[in-house]
Amino acid sequence: MAEILVLVDHADGAVRKPALELLTLARRIGEPSAVVLGAGEAAASLAAKAAEYGAATVYVADGPEFDEQLVVPKVDALTQIAKDKGVAAVLVTSSGEGKEVAARVALRLGSGLITDAVELEAGANGPVATQSVFAASYQVKSAVSHGVPVITVKPNSAAPETAPAAGAVENVSVAFTGNAARVVSRTPRVSTGRPELTESAIVVSGGRGVGAAEGFAVVEKLADSLGAAVGASRAAVDAGWYPHSNQVGQTGKQVSPQLYVAAGISGAIQHRAGMQTSKTIVAVNKDAEAPIFDLVDYGVVGDLFEVLPQLTDEIGAR
Amino acid sequence: MTLKIAVCVKYVPDATGDRGFADDLTVDRDDVDGLLSELDEYAVEQALRISEEADDAEVTVVTVGPDDAKDALRKALSMGADKAVHVNDEDIHGSDVIGTSAILAKALEKTGFDLIVCGMASTDGTMGVLPALLAERLNLPQATLLSEVSVEDGTVKGRRDGDAASEQLEAPLPAVVSVTDQSGEARYPSFKGIMAAKKKPVEELDLDDLGIDADEVGLAGSWTLVESADARPARTQGTIVTDEGEGGKQLAAFLSAQKFI
Repeated sequence: MAEILVLVDHADGAVRKPALELLTLARRIGEPSAVVLGAGEAAASLAAKAAEYGAATVYVADGPEFDEQLVVPKVDALTQIAKDKGVAAVLVTSSGEGKEVAARVALRLGSGLITDAVELEAGANGPVATQSVFAASYQVKSAVSHGVPVITVKPNSAAPETAPAAGAVENVSVAFTGNAARVVSRTPRVSTGRPELTESAIVVSGGRGVGAAEGFAVVEKLADSLGAAVGASRAAVDAGWYPHSNQVGQTGKQVSPQLYVAAGISGAIQHRAGMQTSKTIVAVNKDAEAPIFDLVDYGVVGDLFEVLPQLTDEIGAR
Repeated sequence: MTLKIAVCVKYVPDATGDRGFADDLTVDRDDVDGLLSELDEYAVEQALRISEEADDAEVTVVTVGPDDAKDALRKALSMGADKAVHVNDEDIHGSDVIGTSAILAKALEKTGFDLIVCGMASTDGTMGVLPALLAERLNLPQATLLSEVSVEDGTVKGRRDGDAASEQLEAPLPAVVSVTDQSGEARYPSFKGIMAAKKKPVEELDLDDLGIDADEVGLAGSWTLVESADARPARTQGTIVTDEGEGGKQLAAFLSAQKFI
């Protein structure tokens, strides 16, 4: 069966959830192989996890280059494996870095590139990817017409399903090409204990209506009661009420959770571009005319400082 | 020595307009007004700031696009860029990002540069891969998605804020950088800037000038094939209630019925 190469994104020695989604999707178009790069001693447990989700082979490469240089070492490794093994497709998670890695791999392989797929299926001429474009007002289906398809897939595009496979580890020695920006220092983001915004099944976001940085406490409390990530609109971020890393929208993160709760967010086009593919949308806003209400499955016209705490209490009572 | 800064910009359909596709499944540029991609304004801004810090610098804005794309160049010139390069050729229509990066790379080689500055993504395609593709094609280091950038002694430095960590990056020039919307508010063109922009040189180039065969680019030379583009049915509005003291409970009942709680 056609070998599908999946780059396994990992952090703190654990496989990140979008990588498990990729392995699950890869099984629809062929037989997944995992690529684990720069994991050090965690490589064995990452490989075992990849095997649990369907990887027949796990290619492992390590070296200081993966930590010390930006993007290029991963490109070197993926390209080398893809060429040596003659794979049928390469799948990478749609993150800022993932898309950059995929783009350079595509160019080196002489391949077409599709980014931000939300669905993947087998087609007559290779995998067909669905993308959601123009603030999710269009659905586009594309295929790669030249070379080995290189496709990046957005987090939350599939539910991870286990499918135990051999997971035979193959160590790879990568010929690094260099000519990369050097990572001089790295400051890990302080964990809030909440799920990562783009990976979370539920997102609760606050906007201008939250009124102040302190106002986000009610948003956070609701998020914690739902096990959700916290998002913020650009207005709230620009006002300095919440970090930019939590911004949902065209210039922030694009999220596609099962449930999106918009609190005090009017729903400008830029915000909608970042959340409109959410499966279920709920909004709380004082302004009955707010455009966000055009999108919702359920909307409450009311004061978020009344509605959110009451909802949080109700959830706590269940 | 003059520090030569090239800024890649894109003319995009206005996101507040009704964007759609033409019959050939390329972006319909007739039905909606275009403008300089908002995220490229940050790139122009950072290029101008770097040039203001340098002893001697020159900022050239470069774009690939149809006749109207001149508007994007004029905006960048009115912000303060020194000159512009416009690659315009009928055969470019329908190029995917791989093809566009090939054209831009040739144009940049012809123009000359020490530093290439890009926005983090276009606001229409939103792929965010063009800077990486340029780095690959021109064999340059990439320092991308920077929220802070500076140039000192032939080295570009910057901060990249990722999901898991914030990184300080360094690369020797020549290099490719891209900047995020956190890099610093873009300036508004002054009246003087707008008047001055009218006199600044815009060099026109076509594929022949760049030594690119027409069949390498455009729709025919694209390595991806769009099979269909369908307007999603507009979301139909669901239930809207007005809070009269029970709004939170009503919402809880809805979420419970949907099995979220």
